[in-house]
Amino acid sequence: MKNEKTSFYREHLIEGLFTNNPTLVQLLGMCPTLAVTTSLANAIGMGLSATAVLMFSNLFISLLRKRIPAEVRIAAYIVIISGFVTAIEMLLHAFIPSLYASLGLFIPLIVVNCIILARAEAFASKNPPLHALFDGLAMGLGFTLALALLGFIRELLGAGTVLGYDVTLGVAQPMLFFIMPAGAFFTLAFLIAAANAIRARATKKKERAGKEDGANG
Amino acid sequence: MADIFALMLSAVLIENFIFSRFYGCCPFLGVSEKPATALGMGCAVVFVMTLASALTYAIYYFILVPFALTYLKTIAFILAIAALVQFIEMFLRRFLPALHGALGIYLPLITTNCAVLGAALLNIENGFDFLHAVVFGFSAGLGFTMAIVIFAGVRQKMAFCTPPKPFRGFPLTLLAAALAAMAFSGFSGMQIG
Repeated sequence: MKNEKTSFYREHLIEGLFTNNPTLVQLLGMCPTLAVTTSLANAIGMGLSATAVLMFSNLFISLLRKRIPAEVRIAAYIVIISGFVTAIEMLLHAFIPSLYASLGLFIPLIVVNCIILARAEAFASKNPPLHALFDGLAMGLGFTLALALLGFIRELLGAGTVLGYDVTLGVAQPMLFFIMPAGAFFTLAFLIAAANAIRARATKKKERAGKEDGANG
Repeated sequence: MADIFALMLSAVLIENFIFSRFYGCCPFLGVSEKPATALGMGCAVVFVMTLASALTYAIYYFILVPFALTYLKTIAFILAIAALVQFIEMFLRRFLPALHGALGIYLPLITTNCAVLGAALLNIENGFDFLHAVVFGFSAGLGFTMAIVIFAGVRQKMAFCTPPKPFRGFPLTLLAAALAAMAFSGFSGMQIG
């Protein structure tokens, strides 16, 4: 029994981070992904804020899943989500004002982040609270990972810094292109292509292993 | 009058919602396979965004400000937009079935389009008066429509190319968007008004 439980959590974490990554595989939540990844710090801030909202909204939607009538469920989800977004917005405003200023309007826009509504509809509304909470954590961390990767690459190439520290050693000139909007589309295209290539290789390997097993058996 | 024109021009070209602000990227990347569907989506967005700008302006200045509830604006706006979209859909179905046939399938998608909520929040952030808020909503929608229609045209041409396997589909679309965004960044230095 205990084994089954831990394997659910482990598999789900791997799914959220890699095999079913909300940004790189499910291709959800493109607006914040493209907009706030001009620096690594912004990307991580956005990712963790969305993770917090996702965890709490998943938990509450799962707790209320038998009480919310199916006809108005989307409206109910949106109210729950926007409540938590408002709370996060006020917390950031009070305790991390610099992040609040640099993320700007994208904090309230977490409400319409498709990842959160998608997890509410696809997972939280059908599963027990603890699993839903963990699903929020796993998917949120996957989102954060993708954002952090994108933010790291864009900040490194576009500004020559990592988390604000200069790493060019005065020899390389940063390419402003990567900080500009076009650079966001460009970098994300390469990241998703890389994810596609890795997945294609993994499935090929699995198929080959499967064939060999078949031949041996 | 001149500042209204400047506001329109800057919302459509210089601070284009998609290419410089990244509002509304999901429908931009999702519903831009054919120019006709892109135009339908764009028209629905212009329609909803203009009305939503007016409605959220009224809610903010006549309800939230007098009762000192401005911290609830995210919740109030998203609910207002959801209700507005629902209402528009019922209204069109009842009175303008032809238009409903053309725009109907796009309407439910608009509630979660961050461009609409983004425009409503930007109106408040920039301290626009009623007229400017409505004009801003309308022209930002227009900029969205222009971007999505142009991009749908680009995507049609891309159907014939054979990129490396990992780039097929979404990554190639993003690369095309990068090129389009580069063209739009040419406007970014301009200052009007």
